Formats: sequence, C-alpha cells, structure tokens
Amino acid sequence: MFTLNVNGQSHDVDVPPDMPLLWVLRDVVGLTGTKFGCGVAQCGACTVHVAGQAMRSCVLPVSALGSRPVTTVEAVGQTPAGQKVQQAWLEIEVVQCGYCQSGQVMSAAALLTHTPDPTDADIDAAMSGNICRCGTYARIREAIKLAATGRTTAMPTVPIAAPAGPGAQS
Amino acid sequence: MNAPLALNRRDLMLAGGGFTLAFTILRGGRAQAMADARPQAGDPAAAAADGAPAFAPNAFIRIDRAGPVRLVMPNVEMGQGVYTGEATLMAEELDIGLDQVVLEHAPPNEALYAMPALKMQATGGSTSTRAAWQVLREAGAVARVMLVGAAAKNWSVDPAACTVERGVVHHAASGRTATYGELAEAAARQPVPPKVTLKDPKDFALIGKSFRRLDTAAKVDGSAIYGMDASTPGMKIAVVVQCPIYGGRVKSVDDSAARAVPGVRDVIHLDDAVAVSGDHFWAAKTGADALKIEWDGGEHADFSTAALFKGLDDSSLNGKALVAREVGDVGRGGGHRLDAVYQVPMLAHAPMEPLNALVHVRPDACEIWVGTQVPVRCVDAAAAVTGLPADKIILHNHYLGGGFGRRLEEDSVRLAVRIAKPLGYPVKVIWTREQDIQHDVPRPAYHDRIGAVLGGDGLPVAWTDRVTSESVMRRWVPAGLRKDGLDSDTVEGSAEPPYDFPNLRVEWVRHDMPNGMAVGWWRGVGPTHNLFKVESFIDECAHAAGKDPVAYRRALLQKNPRVLGVLNLAAEKMGWDSPRSGGRIGRGVAVASPFGSHVCTMVEIEVSAQGEIRLLRSVSAVDCGMVVNPNTVEAQIQGGLVFGWTGALYSQITYEGGAVQQSNFNDYRMMRMNETPPLEVHIVHSSEAPGGIGEVGTAIAAPALGNAIFAATGMRIRTLPIDRGLLVQDKGAQKAVLTALPLGALVLAGAAVAGSGRSDAGEEA
Ligand code: FES
Ligand code: FES
Repeated sequence: MFTLNVNGQSHDVDVPPDMPLLWVLRDVVGLTGTKFGCGVAQCGACTVHVAGQAMRSCVLPVSALGSRPVTTVEAVGQTPAGQKVQQAWLEIEVVQCGYCQSGQVMSAAALLTHTPDPTDADIDAAMSGNICRCGTYARIREAIKLAATGRTTAMPTVPIAAPAGPGAQS
Repeated sequence: MNAPLALNRRDLMLAGGGFTLAFTILRGGRAQAMADARPQAGDPAAAAADGAPAFAPNAFIRIDRAGPVRLVMPNVEMGQGVYTGEATLMAEELDIGLDQVVLEHAPPNEALYAMPALKMQATGGSTSTRAAWQVLREAGAVARVMLVGAAAKNWSVDPAACTVERGVVHHAASGRTATYGELAEAAARQPVPPKVTLKDPKDFALIGKSFRRLDTAAKVDGSAIYGMDASTPGMKIAVVVQCPIYGGRVKSVDDSAARAVPGVRDVIHLDDAVAVSGDHFWAAKTGADALKIEWDGGEHADFSTAALFKGLDDSSLNGKALVAREVGDVGRGGGHRLDAVYQVPMLAHAPMEPLNALVHVRPDACEIWVGTQVPVRCVDAAAAVTGLPADKIILHNHYLGGGFGRRLEEDSVRLAVRIAKPLGYPVKVIWTREQDIQHDVPRPAYHDRIGAVLGGDGLPVAWTDRVTSESVMRRWVPAGLRKDGLDSDTVEGSAEPPYDFPNLRVEWVRHDMPNGMAVGWWRGVGPTHNLFKVESFIDECAHAAGKDPVAYRRALLQKNPRVLGVLNLAAEKMGWDSPRSGGRIGRGVAVASPFGSHVCTMVEIEVSAQGEIRLLRSVSAVDCGMVVNPNTVEAQIQGGLVFGWTGALYSQITYEGGAVQQSNFNDYRMMRMNETPPLEVHIVHSSEAPGGIGEVGTAIAAPALGNAIFAATGMRIRTLPIDRGLLVQDKGAQKAVLTALPLGALVLAGAAVAGSGRSDAGEEA
C-alpha cells in the first residue's frame, strides 16, 4: 500500500512496488491525461512533475516516489508556469492530434519554472525528449517563447483571427 | 470546460441505460444521400439516439430549443483540424459563429456518412475537405432556408426580407427577431428545399479565416478522451503478444508464471496470439512478459528485407508491366540518356497513441470504444468475430492520437474482439509500442526504374518510369483497381508529373508480398513514394544539363501556371538566387501537385564531416485552392514536412527470419525538437476548388531534402532512409578517427577532416 500525493490530493493505492507511476495514475487513480507512448522513457508522453521536476512516469516505480508530490497535466494549469504554457499553446495553436501534448505541456512548464527565459538551446535540451509524431515542434518552440516573454517571434506567416470561443467544450 | 465534445453527453446517456438504441438504429441503413433531410418524426429511436433534437434537417445538424447548435462530424479528428474545418463550412451557410456550436463524432453509418470521394465512411487520402466542401455547405444552407422559412411563416412576411446574424433571424421592416432555438420546432415542419443557393465566396464570413481550433483546449489540459482513455465499469486491461512472424501460429504456451502474477485475471489463448488480462496495465504486462510461448513461424519464417528487394528488382526486369499512362512515343528521338533506380523501404506508422480498443462482448450485443478512421469496417469485423448482426455492434468513436493510415485498418479491433469474446467482461486491449511497431500493416516497399532522354536544350524529350510494388488497393478497396488490375495509387505522382514532357511512359509491375502479407496506406500514400523519385530525378536531369534546379523546373512548367506560381513564390521567399556559401551547406527544391493542391518546398541543410544532416531552414509555398482555415493549412504543411523528413532520415521496417527488427522509438527513430528547423509556409490566394492538405507536406519533404544533400555533398540519394555512411567525408580518415577517439571528441575530429575534398559529383546512393 502506497500513499500518493497527486495534484494536492492524497490517494492510497494497493499496487505492486515496481508498478510505474504512469499506470497507477491512469488505471488506479483514474487520471488519464498522462499518456502512454513507449513505456521506455523514449517519447515523453508520460511526463509528470515529481516535486517540481519533469519525470517520465512510465519508468518511475511507484515505490521510488516516497513522499514527493506529483503534479499531472490535469492540475498543472494551477501553477503559474503551467497556466502560461497552456495559454500560449492555445494562442499559437500548437495542437494537432494532441496525444503528445500532455507531455509537451509538462516538460515546457518544468522548463519555464526553472528557466524563465529559455534560449533555443535550453528549449532543445528540455524538449528533445518529447516526441510529437504530428510534428508540432516549430510551434512548440514559439509557444514556449510566448509563454516566457509574452512576445511571439516571426513564426506565424498566417495570422490567427479573433478567437472563436470555447466551441467544443460544454 | 473539460468535457470533450458532446460524445461524453452521449456516453452518459448510454451509461444511463437503453444504450442499444444508440447507434444500432442509425446503422439500420436508410439509404439517403448525404445532405438529404432526415426528419425525426416517425423514427423515435433515431431521435432518442440523437438526443431528441427539435430540428434535425439532415445527418449533420441538430438544433434544440435551447443550447448550442450540434454538428455531427462525418470525418474523424486525428490532428488534421478537420472538425474545425467541417464545422466552419456548416456554420458559414447557417450564419452562426463557431462559438455557438458543439461537435459530435458521427456514429458508424455508411448510408449517412459515406464520403463521396472514398465511397465509404472513412477518413483518409486528404479527401475530407474536398468531399465535404459542397455537401456540408449545402447541409447548412438547407437548415438555414427551413429556419428562415419558419420565421417568415410565423410573421407572414417574405423569407427574402429576413436576415440572419449569429443564429438570430431578423425582419428589419417589422423589427421582429427569433433565435434558431425558438424556431426549431416550426422549422421541422417546413418543407425541405429541393435546391439551395450557396453563398458567393466574396460573402464568406468564416471560410478563409484562421479560427482557433475547436478541439484544442481539452488537449492541453488532459481532458480530451482518446480511445486509450475510454473506460466502462468493470473494465480490465489486456496486453497481447502476437506471433513475431506474420502468419505464424502458437505452438505451445506455458502460462503458469503469468497466472501467478498478482492482479492477472485471465490468459486468453488464440491461434496466433496470447493475451493476458489484469486489473491494470502493469499486471497484464508483467503477466504477458512471463508467458513462455513457442511459436510455429509457418511459411514466412525465412522472409527477409534483402529477399524482398531482390524480388522487386527481378519483377521490375521480368514482370508484366501495366501501362499507367503513355504520351507520344518514348522511343523517338535521341540524346543524352539518364537511368536510375530508386528504392524506398517498408514503413511503420507509429502513431503517438499505440493501438488499443475497449470491447465488451455480451450474449446480445458487442460494445466497442476506439478511435478509428473506419468505424463501419470495425463494426463489420466485430460482427464477423462475434456472429452478432451488425446492428448489435455499438461503436463509440473517439479522438485519434494520430492515424496516418494505421487507423484505416480494423485489425486491432478484430483482435480485441477475439480477446474479449471468451471473457464476458469489458476489456481494453492495449498494444505495447513494440507490438505497435512490429505488427503494423506497413507501407509497402517500392522499387522504381526511371529514365530520361535529354534533348539539345537539356530538357527531357522522353521520360520513362516503371514502379514495382505490392498493391494496397487490391486488398483494401479492390473495386478501385482499373479493369486490367492497375492500382492507380502506386503511380500517383508519377503518371502525371507537372512538367511538359513530350513523350512519357509510366508503368507498374505488381509484385506480391509473400502469401498475403498485408501492407497498408501511409500518410501521403502514392505521392510520398513517387514524388521522392520524380523530384529527385528531375534534379538529376537539371544537373546533367548543367542548369540551376529552379530554372530548369521553370522551363518545364510554362504551361502549368499554378505550379510555376508556387515555385516562384518559394524561390523568392527563400532567396534562392542568393545562396549561402561555405562548408557543406546546400539547398534543395521540390515541386508537385499532390492531392489536388500545388506545393513547393525548399530546404537548406548542412552536412557534417561525419555525415550527420542538420536542417537549417525551410520555405514552402502552397496553392490549395480556396482555403477553409489558413492556420490549419500552415500547421498541416509544417507537421507533414516533419513526418516526411522523419521517414527520409530514419524510418524503415526490416525483416529478418520473418520478424520485424525494429521495436520502439530507440530503433524506429523520430525527428525531435532539436532537429526541426524553422518552417515557413506561404499560402497562395486562390478561388479554385479546395485541394487536400493533410498529406501534402509529407509527400514533398523527402525529395527537397535529398536534393539539398546533393547540393551540399554531391551525393545523390536514391534509397531511403538516407545512409549517413555515404555522406562521411574522406571515409578512410573518418574510420580511423571514429575508432580512435571517444565520443566527446567527435566535434574536434570533424573540424580536423572538414578541409578534405568533396565526394565526386554524381555519386549514387
Ligand atoms: S511513455 Fe514514458 S517516455 Fe514514452
Ligand atoms: S500533436 Fe499528435 S503527436 Fe503531437
């Protein structure tokens, strides 16, 4: 039995000690925002924050967590960096299929927490562990810069018109 | 926020009981054209399944007394932005804002949602916007006429005197207004107009503008539900181990260790696979890893990639060639002759979301939660496995974590139903990434023998191209084959090059995979393979003629203004005429007309002395006719390029002893953030009919890169993926350096050999 602190809530879970945090979150706690992409720390889809550090939850045994708090994409919007990142993601229209984006948002939020004004090299170092099969990298880079500085660079050659509103959410 | 689409509303309704109503009735097959009216009166079951809308003039639009307009999306959202685009088409003619709609996934129903271009309910081939352009605008216009008609009747005024703004009908003379919601019931009693007039493009309020996508907010806060995230009470998770060799069988299994794993529920024995179900993925995976399986490889146990390419080469020389297109006589006239062989490998799709399907087989029905490009095919597969009639198969479609052609196959659903059938409880079958890559329905390999005769001015007077490959179409949609068996996909992008060639002959030789090994569609389909060859080889011709690659293409495009337009635009934005000098830096160009659009991509690269390729900058120009959402067009070109370059730089599925040798992202590599250059996209303003866009970038990526490599190194890339070994400068010295120095010293080592000479121009890969 382990007691986890996930997104500020305490969860008692009866799982094997070698069970990766990813599956505890998805299949036991019921938080499916954290994604499975490879299972071997190659893609970053499963990235969460453990005590503020970005970690690949697919290779993090639940027993290694100790008392460190876990933040997932469902709650990262409550942190200043997470909120800025999510906003910038929508502003720059980063998302395609979206499956990798939980992990991208988590890696970017961790980057900005520790490096508020990252260079291109900082972005490469922090984000190259996150694969996007849809190829949204150029926009991710712009969105991180927007989140960091409030400015966009010359990227969009197509202007985005006024937001159409929340549309699909009910 | 948070609830992704109205699908959740449906799911909730279903969970509340009466779920068999949901899609079963809709599957009942009333034969109706796409935009025909579909009044709910007299069909209470269908109405209930739709949430009992007051006004449902056709398969796509639902208007209730209160709340947003509900739009049913005939195509699936897999990242291509089609939901936003299709909603825009309907909202435009309805005169409502995109903030006034909610979107729903269409249920499986070929009669209602078959796409005209594909003649089935499927999303692929960059057909969605092209097919929906007319149909969905008509659907919106029909609804608007009926709503306005209802208002005009209530007020006893001329409908023509009424205007609509944001879903409110207004009669200026009397000052009366009514909302669509208020009019819904009366509109349902209006006659369906036999003909509607669509808006003049100059009056478009939404089409052509970049509206924010409608599916994104839920995708940045983790609330979007993909097939992988579906759940239902009592659900278990299963991990499956399929025979590593295609068509092989299980000989024997010792599952005692697997059954002993805490949390493991059942071991499911199939003739070609073994699955383990458990309380959670980890129990199932640990159990699956503990299985001791002996396989009988069967007849493919000696299949290898080397044998495949040898077979392709043999067929190319000796097989029966079908002529896809012939112009003039390629035997006429003499001149400088060039010949080359191009080869591209088998490829896995590797969508970011590994394959999965949640299935509950009950005695009376089978329920499936999955993200698929082909819902009806999945229903049919489940019906075949369970023996249940198709109207007892209930399929909930979800967001797709990437499709790229992989989710045009129903194999994973079929397998999941086979696993779920003996269990009785709902089980979500999740493929590990290793299963996903090793048991793909891969893109076939292609072998191309291409040739040209250059006339006195250096331009081709004859062009010959013989493609040799397996056919995807003959398995996937045999009705699409030409009478003589030609699979037009294999020559798409080859048969009709944009250039002015006086004599041309393009042929295809069918080369079957051994014993029905299935191969499938991959993003960019025919053009992805053909444009690599055509655009690389035209570059070879330009080089042989001693001409600049852009000027050479220009000379051949004088009768093709739209293609010439994108070439010139890209050249201008790239600054093609003022190239960067120094080192092994080079620029490549490729131009073509895939999927009814016209595109030119230029890329500037640098090749290190070790043969590593770095992309520095890319500029694309695209003319895809009338644009629904420019931001989506830009995003699709950008993402498509990365997808195509990933393929060219890294991707191949190879077989040895009948088994796939790649397994995960460590050996089936993807391009990453640090490898992606700035990706400029310029869109040509056009009033032509819309072209496809989702696969255009992928199809044009590889040749632009290959041509840049030639410009940088003199090495012609004719085989994918690109062999870096061929790009190493001064190979002898390099080998010594590589073996003598630790990894960290490579940068210095590179500097040491950078001064050595280039490879000879015209070397081949
Ligand atoms: S799933 Fe953890 S890194 Fe890929
Ligand atoms: S948005 Fe599809 S994988 Fe990144």
